[in-house]
Amino acid sequence: MISIDELFNTFNTGNGFWNPVLWLIAFVIIFLIIYIIRGFGNNSYKKGTGQTQVFLSGNPESDFESMHVKSSNLYWGWTESMKWIIDALKSIHTGNVSDYVLWFVIVMGVLFLFVGLI
Amino acid sequence: MNFIDLIMSHAPALLVVIPLLGAFLTPLISKINDKIRNIFVISILGITAVFVLLVAQQVLDTGTITYVFGSSLQTQNNTVIRILFEIDALSIFMALVSIILAFVASIYSWGFLENETGQDKYYTLLLLMTAGMLGMVLTGDLFNFFVFIEITSIASAALIAFWTNRVKAVEAGFKYIFISTIGALFILFALALLYGQYDALNIAQLADRITFTYLDKIALIIFISALAMKGGIVPMHMWVPDAYGRAPASASLVLVAATQASLYGVFRVLFTLYGNVIHLPNISFGWILVILGLITMLVGVIMAMIQTDFKRLIAYGAVAELGYIFLGVGTGLTIIANPDIGISSAPFAVEAMKGSIFHIINDALDVGLLFMIAGAVYYATKETSLNSLGGLARNMKYTTIFFIIGLLAISGIPPMNGFASKLLIYESTYQLNPIISIIAILSSIMLLAVFVKIFQSVFLGPKLKKFDDVKEVPKSMLIAMGIVASIIIFFGLFPDLIVSNLVEPAVNALIHPENYLQGLTGGL
Repeated sequence: MISIDELFNTFNTGNGFWNPVLWLIAFVIIFLIIYIIRGFGNNSYKKGTGQTQVFLSGNPESDFESMHVKSSNLYWGWTESMKWIIDALKSIHTGNVSDYVLWFVIVMGVLFLFVGLI
Repeated sequence: MNFIDLIMSHAPALLVVIPLLGAFLTPLISKINDKIRNIFVISILGITAVFVLLVAQQVLDTGTITYVFGSSLQTQNNTVIRILFEIDALSIFMALVSIILAFVASIYSWGFLENETGQDKYYTLLLLMTAGMLGMVLTGDLFNFFVFIEITSIASAALIAFWTNRVKAVEAGFKYIFISTIGALFILFALALLYGQYDALNIAQLADRITFTYLDKIALIIFISALAMKGGIVPMHMWVPDAYGRAPASASLVLVAATQASLYGVFRVLFTLYGNVIHLPNISFGWILVILGLITMLVGVIMAMIQTDFKRLIAYGAVAELGYIFLGVGTGLTIIANPDIGISSAPFAVEAMKGSIFHIINDALDVGLLFMIAGAVYYATKETSLNSLGGLARNMKYTTIFFIIGLLAISGIPPMNGFASKLLIYESTYQLNPIISIIAILSSIMLLAVFVKIFQSVFLGPKLKKFDDVKEVPKSMLIAMGIVASIIIFFGLFPDLIVSNLVEPAVNALIHPENYLQGLTGGL
């Protein structure tokens, strides 16, 4: 049987340690502190007033469905800046099974060279 | 000997026999009733899981088990001529990974495939695939390893092409069987090279005889390349998104375990089959694994970032995760195979290996859970394009919670399971070279971004009119996802328990091949 001590043992990672249960307790305490601090705030929220309406720099609000940012539009900046590597990677993903085997042969060839067999 | 002792003495064989027998009985039981068939399949896999746990207990208590089929171990001209299973802590660890995923997949399939035709064939193939995977990780014989690879591959290909009315699914099945056959034939060629020289097929016996000749080196390269291709290592990973993406989600889940069984093959070959000679040449196979691991992580995560199909995106994420496994084992091997450093003066090598082996089960659970969620979303909406989805958190609350758990786990966010194994890999690879560690952390951050993208596209945002009628998935699917999510949280909260009791013995089995050899001597 597993003892309680064994269950809650600190995980030694060689150069450090990790105890998720302690981390969780710390997380809960920090959350409680934040919640208490939040309680000191001024509750001026008034539902149904202009205060709660969406403000888009004075532009009219679109219908909800069209405001959802689609997957293709996410991380466009990252995608643009990495275009050179993405295009290169796309070009090798041909979907052609002969190319899949070609890569296998290439890897095997490189390893043969690496080991000095050819 | 009473009945229970008799059963226990044959438990290693039963691990393969039960699902195999179940596979042949499934079409017959299907004739009676679908519900009875589903209960039968779940029971078969549940019983197999119990036997895996019993054998695991035995292996962890007493060490390597050698089970000889038919009769006692026979030798002819000093060559073992019996078929045998040789089960050490690594084998049983891998068996545990396979059976957890197969068992969960059987529960998930009940709801997921309830309106599909051909379920009798599906469940037969699922059980065959499980028998194949378990055979791959338990066998102590290279030729049987090849046979079990073939069984797994054929069953996997048929499962990938399960939706035969969809061209892309059939194409993916064809690609998978093509790649698998090429890989398996090369493995057959490599083992023939060894058999021709040493007149043996038993792994332990070959390990004892290998002298690292020119042909041995050729065989080693072929083994690594072919198994890495079947394991989905970049640049031989391209079949992975096709296969994982087109298979039913429940089959993708088991395919994850099949892929990892191939990686097990790489480690078994390097550490056990060539374990006695791997330090001899002035070549570091460890560095080969490290480089392949780094490329796999980066390519996997970059390709995942640009995907717009739910399952293909997860598949590329799964490829990136495989990189971590190779990276940790490569780091360990680099040190172990270097006689100037030695394992005793570099304990981080063992930590790296622990991280990798722990990551095998974590990756299987995390990726498995995410595939089930992709399947749940498809089941509810009939959509897989991320651009067409949105706002599902309002209709599918439990699925959303499971996705958040999967997202945190695969990205290595504390306190989930992925964090503990990745922490071990980061720390140990930092000792080898800080840049490797930086790349690994960067990949993890990008992986988080990738899965946040899914979260935003699928679950957040306003409720879409076309999904007004979408409801939560059936209970069997929720139970399956709940089981995996619970294991993820448990492994995350108590990593020391898992590492000490399951991972450490598996790592010791890898780095001390002499124990594997002794297992055979005990059998003799």
